[in-house]
Amino acid sequence: MSFKGGWLNITEQKISEKEALLQYVLRLADDALILGQRLSEWCSKGPVLEQDIAMSNMALDHIGRARLLYQMAAEIKGDGTTEDDFAYKRDTNEFKNFLLLEQPNGHWGDTIAKLVFYDTLNYFLFEKLTESANENLAGIAQKAIKEITYHAQWSAEWMIRLGDGTEESKQKMQKSIDDIWMWVGEMFETDQVEEMMAVASIGYKTADLKDAWQSKINQVMEMATLTLPTDTWAQTGGRKGVHSEHLGYILAEMQFLPRAYPDAKW
Amino acid sequence: MGEEYSLEDRFQQYVEAENKVEPKDWMPEKYRQTVIRQMSQHAHSEVIGMQPEANWITRAPSLRSKLILLAKVQDEAGHGLYLYSATETLGITRDELINQLQTGKAKYSSIFNYPTVTWADMGAVGWLVDGAAIQNQVMLCRTSYGPYARAMVKICKEESFHQRQGYEIMMRLAAGTKEQKAMAQDALNRWWWPSLMMFGPSDDNSPNSAQSMKWRIKRKSNDTLRQEFVDKTVPQAEFIGLTIPDPDLKWNEERKSYDFGEMNWDEFYAVVKGNGPCNKQRIINHIKAHEEGAWVREAANAYAKKQQARKKQSAA
Repeated sequence: MSFKGGWLNITEQKISEKEALLQYVLRLADDALILGQRLSEWCSKGPVLEQDIAMSNMALDHIGRARLLYQMAAEIKGDGTTEDDFAYKRDTNEFKNFLLLEQPNGHWGDTIAKLVFYDTLNYFLFEKLTESANENLAGIAQKAIKEITYHAQWSAEWMIRLGDGTEESKQKMQKSIDDIWMWVGEMFETDQVEEMMAVASIGYKTADLKDAWQSKINQVMEMATLTLPTDTWAQTGGRKGVHSEHLGYILAEMQFLPRAYPDAKW
Repeated sequence: MGEEYSLEDRFQQYVEAENKVEPKDWMPEKYRQTVIRQMSQHAHSEVIGMQPEANWITRAPSLRSKLILLAKVQDEAGHGLYLYSATETLGITRDELINQLQTGKAKYSSIFNYPTVTWADMGAVGWLVDGAAIQNQVMLCRTSYGPYARAMVKICKEESFHQRQGYEIMMRLAAGTKEQKAMAQDALNRWWWPSLMMFGPSDDNSPNSAQSMKWRIKRKSNDTLRQEFVDKTVPQAEFIGLTIPDPDLKWNEERKSYDFGEMNWDEFYAVVKGNGPCNKQRIINHIKAHEEGAWVREAANAYAKKQQARKKQSAA
């Protein structure tokens, strides 16, 4: 394949299986942390107390899962790097989360749209990961699958409720879907890391989960009386560390203290 | 002819015999109003109190501390919810209670009208503010209104956990770098006096206290609780090498208690009346979230109604 210059002109270098595993675990951790960080912004701002609690609960699940995955990554790396080093000492280009997850919360419907698309994929992915050939990863997945199942159910129920609620909520929900859609397609890309992990039966290719995802999403959309955009273009870059403008602000806020006081222990 | 007792007298004997008042029991209207006022004030405090702590969730300096803080604020939301439900047993709706909060008719603890400026404030708030709250709430576990007493038993357990978490943050900071220790001391300097003010006016100036004590709603006076808090907290500050910002503070061997300085009551009343650094901000935020969530609540209600109608239709 000949080289074509552009926004994402990063050539893939050959990597070892250990490096691929580290990358794979880190991207799952980054997804969890960045989404958890975003959802935690909802705390004290929810539409009703019960849902404020539910949202915080999910943020806790995601950040909790991020910790387990970063701890695993630290073990793989094996050079004394800690879970907090990964979260607090890396810059935007080292974060490999899906671009979808760093998008701002917007209103309740915007957040729900983001969650439905991600939670549904995450459910199918973690279901597979419970059988990972890597015991650590399988263990984390087995622990997480229960809460991830709940997340997928919760966000789908909200989408249905808002889509099939009032005229206003239907319009809002439809617009949320249309607006967020350009960030969804990236989740089904395959690259060297995923390929290697799939071959080793450690990870799973999200592309192979696309059909299951699509059929579940179609079902939710139908119940919600909403329609999916037909646009097939999707922005990519997250897994390569090429992000939207939002991630820089997330990190500036999240990493402020360890950066301002590099000698301090918290 | 036997002695005649009014309902009020019988009620008084009933609570004096340490019986719990339950929602369906007869109670003086003034008692009902007092308990509503106190419980809803408590519920609002939990909910408004989420804001100053949520302020630091996205900036917590480690993943562990982020999880702990988030879980803590979530607990406060849970307490608020629980207390709103318990208050509703007295014949008032949550919507009415929230309306009273947003229109300023109902108060919440003035402590939450102070800003959380640094990370150390997460330590100080947990240690001092939750510490002061516990002092009050342990007493309320024996309050005469049954649902309130039971709510307090549940809530106290979580609050003492929060207090330990706050103290742990302070301990880590105080044992940390020079800058961290300074951050901890600065937070203590700011939060100490407002924490003492949480117990309310001194006994001489607390008009509602006597009746509340008589009805066994309140079991200890403001000054008694305040003294207990000071006696408990001073050694904790000393243990981690922080200084209580009160030049008049000294151990009184005779009373086996600490003497401490006079509070700035002008500031206390100013903040109660609305003139604190964050009074406006807290209510504006609450109203904003409430209004921005209106379409969501309406949609959820509309959907629930549709679902009900569908169920009926399919059953028919």
